Amino acid sequence: MNRRALLILSALAALSLAPPAAAQDKSIVLASTTSTEQSGLFKHILPPFEQKTGIKVRVLALGTGQALDTGRRGDADVVFVHDRDAELKFVADGFGVERREVMYNDFVIVGPGADPAKVKGSKDTVDALKKIAAAKAPFASRGDKSGTHAAELRFWKAADIDVAAGKGSWYRETGSGMGPTLNTAAGMNAYSLTDRGTWLSFKNRQTLVIAVEGDRKLFNQYGVMLVNPARHAHVKKELGMAFVGWITSPEGQAAIAGYKIGGEQLFFPNYKKITH
Amino acid sequence: MPERDALSTAVALIAGADPALWSIVGLSLAVSLSAVVFASLIGLPIGAALALFRFPGRGALVTLFNGMMGLPPVVVGLVVYLLLSRAGPLGDLGILFTPGAMVIAQTLLIFPIIAALARQTIEDAWHEYEEQIRSLGATPRRSIPTLLWDTRFSLATAVLAGLGRASAEVGAVMIVGGNIEGLTRVMTTSIALETSKGDLPLALGLGIVLIALIVLINALAHAMKAVAQARYG
Amino acid sequence: MSAMHGHASPLPLVLSDVWFATGPARARVTILHGISLALEAGPRTVILGPNGAGKSVLLRLCHGLLRPSAGTIAWRGRRNARRPDAMVFQRPVMLRRSVRGNVEYGLKLAGIGRAERRRIAGERLEAVGLAHLAGRAARRLSGGEQQRVALARAWALDPEVLFLDEPTANLDPTATRMVEAIVLAMHKAGTKIVMTTHDLGQAHRLADEILFMHRGRIVERAPAAEFFAAPKSPEAAAFIRGELPV
Repeated sequence: MNRRALLILSALAALSLAPPAAAQDKSIVLASTTSTEQSGLFKHILPPFEQKTGIKVRVLALGTGQALDTGRRGDADVVFVHDRDAELKFVADGFGVERREVMYNDFVIVGPGADPAKVKGSKDTVDALKKIAAAKAPFASRGDKSGTHAAELRFWKAADIDVAAGKGSWYRETGSGMGPTLNTAAGMNAYSLTDRGTWLSFKNRQTLVIAVEGDRKLFNQYGVMLVNPARHAHVKKELGMAFVGWITSPEGQAAIAGYKIGGEQLFFPNYKKITH
Repeated sequence: MPERDALSTAVALIAGADPALWSIVGLSLAVSLSAVVFASLIGLPIGAALALFRFPGRGALVTLFNGMMGLPPVVVGLVVYLLLSRAGPLGDLGILFTPGAMVIAQTLLIFPIIAALARQTIEDAWHEYEEQIRSLGATPRRSIPTLLWDTRFSLATAVLAGLGRASAEVGAVMIVGGNIEGLTRVMTTSIALETSKGDLPLALGLGIVLIALIVLINALAHAMKAVAQARYG
Repeated sequence: MSAMHGHASPLPLVLSDVWFATGPARARVTILHGISLALEAGPRTVILGPNGAGKSVLLRLCHGLLRPSAGTIAWRGRRNARRPDAMVFQRPVMLRRSVRGNVEYGLKLAGIGRAERRRIAGERLEAVGLAHLAGRAARRLSGGEQQRVALARAWALDPEVLFLDEPTANLDPTATRMVEAIVLAMHKAGTKIVMTTHDLGQAHRLADEILFMHRGRIVERAPAAEFFAAPKSPEAAAFIRGELPV
C-alpha cells in the first residue's frame, strides 16, 4: 500500500516541477542588478511589456559581475546592467550583441548626519572623497565587483586615493549588495556610495542623509544587450530582441520615465539610435 | 523597533491572505516536500544497505555520510549551479533558475541526513531482529523493506530532520533558483531579500511565518505518530 | 491438520564432529567439542543441561543461524528451496504490525498469495487460541501471548522440524502450560520437536528422548523414562538432583 502511494507521490512531484518543454512557454531570463530590481523599476515597466507582448520576463537580480557572467554562460537571454566598460568588453568578446544605451540614474554619497568629513551639500564627488579619506571617516563599500563598486573605485582613482591603505580601518568592504551595505553604513555611521533608487526605497536609514549629489560624474549609464545567439544556440533570440526593442522604443522609454518614488523620477531614458 | 513591528507584520501578512505571500509559502512547501520525498527514496534504501551489508570500504562510507550531514547548503548550491548551467555538463536540460533545480539541490543536500540517520536506526533494529527474521526465511536484502517498515517511527523523525534542514536553508535555493519573483522565490530567499532591502519588519514577519509553518508541520507529524504508535506499539 | 509430507523426509539431520568456537584469534573460546549426532523423525527431543552447556549454540547451528567452526551438518534431503525447519526463541521478536501480519510474514517471504496467507494464518491463530487478537498490535501483547504468536508464525510455515530455545524461560506457569500444549499439538500434527530447557519439570512433561549436554559435549542420550529413572552419567545424575556445578 505504502510503496504505491510513495510512487504516485513522487511521480506527481516530478511532473509538477518538470521544466516546461523547451519552446512552449513564452518567457525570457533577464540578468540584471540587485540595485535595479530593488529600486522597483521592473515592477513598474514589466507589466506593460508583458501585457503587450505576452512575454513573461524572469528577472535574475545579481551583482553586475555575476549578471555578466550569467550571460557569458548562456544562462540568461538578455543582460541589463550599468557598467559601460564591462558591457563593451562583453560585446567585444563575442558574448553579447545589439548593445543599446537605455537610461541613466544617478549615484549619491550618503553619510552620517554629524558629517565628520564636512562634505554635506557638496556637488564635487572627487573632492568629497578626498576629504573623507583625509578625515579617515568610516566608508562602507560594496566590494562585490558590481557596477556600483566599479564606479566607486573609479572615483577613488580620480581622487588619487589608494583605498587599500585604509582597508580594515576606515574603509570597510562588505562584499554584498547595496541594501546590506547601507545597513552596515547606517550601523557604523559611515559614508557610502549608493544609487538613488536603492536609497529612496531604503527603510533603515538611522542617521544617514544625502551628503553629495548632482555631480555629473555621478550619473550611471544603463545598457541592454542580447546574449549572443551565435555563441549559445538556445538563447531566445526573437523574444529577447522584443524586449530590447521595446525598452528602447518610445513606449518603453516613457514607462521608464514614468517610474517615481515619492514623486521623484529615478531613471532618465536616453536611448539614441546610434549605429556602432 | 523592527522586533515590535515584526509580530504585527506577521499577523497582518497571514490575516491579509496576500496572494503573493501564499504563492511564496506554497512554493517553499512544494520544493522542500518534494526534496524530502526524493531524498527519502534515495536515502532510506542506502541507509538500510549500509546497515545490513558488510563490504570493503563500508566504514569509510558510513563516516562519509555522517560527515555529509553537515554539507554547507551554499556549496551544494554552487556545485549544482555549475552542473546545470548552460555552460555546464547538464546545461541542455535547461532547468537552471527553475523550481526543479531547487528540488535537485535540496535533495542532494538532505539525502545524507536521511541516509545516515536511517543507517543508525536500522543497524540498531537489525541487532534485535536479525535472528528471528533470518529464521523466518529473510535474506539481508529481503529484510530491507521489513526493517524500513518496522522502524518507520524513528525513520519519520529522520525524514522530519531532513525537511527541517531543507525548509531552513537559503544558500542552495538562492544560487540555483535565482530568487526570481513569481517563479523561484521562496520564504528563505524572500527573508534574505527583504533584509538586504532594509525592510526588517517585513523580513522578521516572514521569518515568524516560516517558523510557524515548520512548527505546524512538526506538530502534525507528531500527532500522526502518536496515533499510529498507539495503534501499533 | 496433518502436514502434507508426501515426499522423502529431510530427517535425519546429521551432525558430524561439529565444533564451534568464538572470540578473537588470540582468545578463542570453544563452546562445542566435536558433537556428532543424528536427529531422527518421530520422538520429541529435549536437550537438557545447565546454563552454558552450549544448548542454544547447538540449536542455532542446526537451524543454520551459525556456521560450525569444523565438522558438517546435513539434512537428508530438502523439500524445496525453503528450509524445512523453523525456530522459536526465548524472547519472541514481534514485528511492528498486527498479530495476523506477524503470522503471515514468513508466508509472505515464501511468496504465498494473499488469500492463502490469510487462510493459513487464520487457522494457526485459531489453533493457538489467539484468533480474537488477530488485528491487535503484536507488540502490545503479553509475553505469553507473543510467544504463542511466535509459535503460530512458525507453524504457518508447516515445518518438518521445530527448534525451540528455552521458549518458556520468561513465562509464568499458565503461559508455560499453554505453550507446551501447542508444542504437543504441533508434534501430533507431524512436526519433529527439538527443544532446549534447563527446567526439569518441563523435560519430564514434554520429552520422549533426552540429550543431556554439559560443557559443550553430549554426555548422555536416552529415552526420557530411562534417563530420569536411571541416569548413566554422574553429571546427569548430579543435574537431576540439582547439584551440578556449571
